[in-house]
Amino acid sequence: MLAEALRSGDRTKLPGRRHEGWRWTDLFGALTTVPPLNPERQALGSWSVPIALDGVVVRRFAAPIQGGVEHVTLEVPAGDHRVVLDLIEAGQGRYVRDLAFDFTLGVGASLERLVMIADDADAVSVATTHVQMQARCDFAQTVLASGARRQRVETHVDHPGGAGRVRLDGAYLLAGARHADQTTVVRHLGRDGESRQLVRGVVAGAARGVFQGRIEVLQGADGTDARLAHNGLILSDRAEIDSKPELEIYADDVACAHGNTIGALDEDALFYAMSRGLPEAEARRLLITAFVGEVAERIRHPGLRDQALIFLAAQAEAFDGEGR
Amino acid sequence: MLKIDNLHVRVGEAEILKGLSLSVPTGEVHAVMGPNGAGKSTLSYTLAGRSGYEVTDGTAQLLGDDLLALNASERAAKGVFLSFQYPLEIPGVPALTFVRAALNAQRKARGEGEISAPEFLKKAKAEAANLKMDFEMLRRGLNVGFSGGEKKRMEIFQMAMLAPRLAILDETDSGLDIDALKIVSEGVNALRAADRSMLVITHYQRLLDHIRPDRVHVLAAGRIVASGGPELALELERDGYDKYGKAA
Ligand SMILES: Nc1ncnc2c1ncn2[C@@H]1O[C@H](COP(=O)(O)OP(=O)(O)OP(=O)(O)O)[C@@H](O)[C@H]1O
Ligand SMILES: [Mg+2]
Repeated sequence: MLAEALRSGDRTKLPGRRHEGWRWTDLFGALTTVPPLNPERQALGSWSVPIALDGVVVRRFAAPIQGGVEHVTLEVPAGDHRVVLDLIEAGQGRYVRDLAFDFTLGVGASLERLVMIADDADAVSVATTHVQMQARCDFAQTVLASGARRQRVETHVDHPGGAGRVRLDGAYLLAGARHADQTTVVRHLGRDGESRQLVRGVVAGAARGVFQGRIEVLQGADGTDARLAHNGLILSDRAEIDSKPELEIYADDVACAHGNTIGALDEDALFYAMSRGLPEAEARRLLITAFVGEVAERIRHPGLRDQALIFLAAQAEAFDGEGR
Repeated sequence: MLKIDNLHVRVGEAEILKGLSLSVPTGEVHAVMGPNGAGKSTLSYTLAGRSGYEVTDGTAQLLGDDLLALNASERAAKGVFLSFQYPLEIPGVPALTFVRAALNAQRKARGEGEISAPEFLKKAKAEAANLKMDFEMLRRGLNVGFSGGEKKRMEIFQMAMLAPRLAILDETDSGLDIDALKIVSEGVNALRAADRSMLVITHYQRLLDHIRPDRVHVLAAGRIVASGGPELALELERDGYDKYGKAA
């Protein structure tokens, strides 16, 4: 929808409150005009990725200078294994970008993907991924977000069932007035499919986190085992988290678990850490990093996992003095 | 080492400590016993600097410094260590990472340099072996999924690593089986030193067979109501707190 608005310049095409699933991420309200499409890109450089990230395909996406639309496809042939790091890099200013990814996995293929998305605090940025899987595929994704004026990472997976597995994880660490939305839709189409999701978020200042996780178990997808957990930490009175886990089940003998918790930093744990000598700011940082770090720990590829942990630790630093 | 005078502490609306006075000379180990709800944990939290424990009157000094003016981490850097009655679980932070961060933060606060990684690891391995702990436990999330006894052992491990001046052990014996009690007590005894004091809170004389205290105090209804030698613990074991309950 954003891409359409950018291509046509028609502001009324922007997704907003009136659209299902965009209630909390209102782009129509956020943009009074649609910037013109401009193929020029800002310089890369928000991340320095170690050159030797063994066996990982690193793709870097530079921010547009005004409006930008990009469409990226990836095909993993039958039986192949790929590890992908998508760095959606920050630019400066009020750019508006729409990134669309289409992944196709052949029979027995596996793909592990880490998305790290950074944006200017004034930017509007949407990245949408559609994943088509065949039998016995393994798709694992971790999205790490730090927000923008409006930022959304949306992932749709069609799960054929069988021996296939899906992991869709995410973490967001938001300070200032940043907004990040993680939206997932997993459709279980066939029998005995498994899906796992863990999304953790921390909001400080006047930031806003949005999580929407939808699991559909279609008719015939009996024996599906789908689990989703979203846990949020709110560090300030002005910060907010909106979350909506949704389950739609049309099959039999299905195991589905939805966990959704939102709370404050554990004061008892904070005191425990301080009583051992950690100054308050450091104790907070430790607890916050550990909270979101559990998402990174689920990444199988060690190099990718390290990148994720570094990203999260850097984000947690930004909370200093803001969480009170 | 520790000098508490006329301490009054309020938690929420209730006054829990009501004029508590207690002195622990340097190098001594004192036991504090008392009925449930007497205020023993309140005393340890107050000394460790937990927020919500409001001191309305009285003083507490560590080696002449006003403890009450410091926050929890500053007190730790000064050498206060509290072994919690109910240790917290910290998911996602391995015990080793946690203790190393705490130790380095304390050293930094005291103007000392960081401990090197090999030196730290060597010390951690030695202390874990003393306490007969599986070293792999130290690589898992701190206390996550640990049994009550394992958590207590982890507290003593941390105490050994942090080498405090004043150790407050709040019911470190509860939850320990007979063998673990021996191991943990030996760990504590190994830390007895001329420049270190300990305040051992317990309900059971049994612990004091292992950790021989220099003095025993009875805390009832927010005050120290009796003090004596180790024989006082035996008397309490026999007679209970009846006579102190009435006095309070
Ligand atoms: N947060 C709190 N708010 C109100 N009252 C409290 C709070 N914490 C403790 N108390 C009360 O203070 C009193 C003393 O509690 P404390 O935990 O210090 O007792 P204790 O001597 O350690 O007991 P135990 O032997 O059971 O561990 C109790 O009556 C308890 O209910
Ligand atoms: Mg107690």
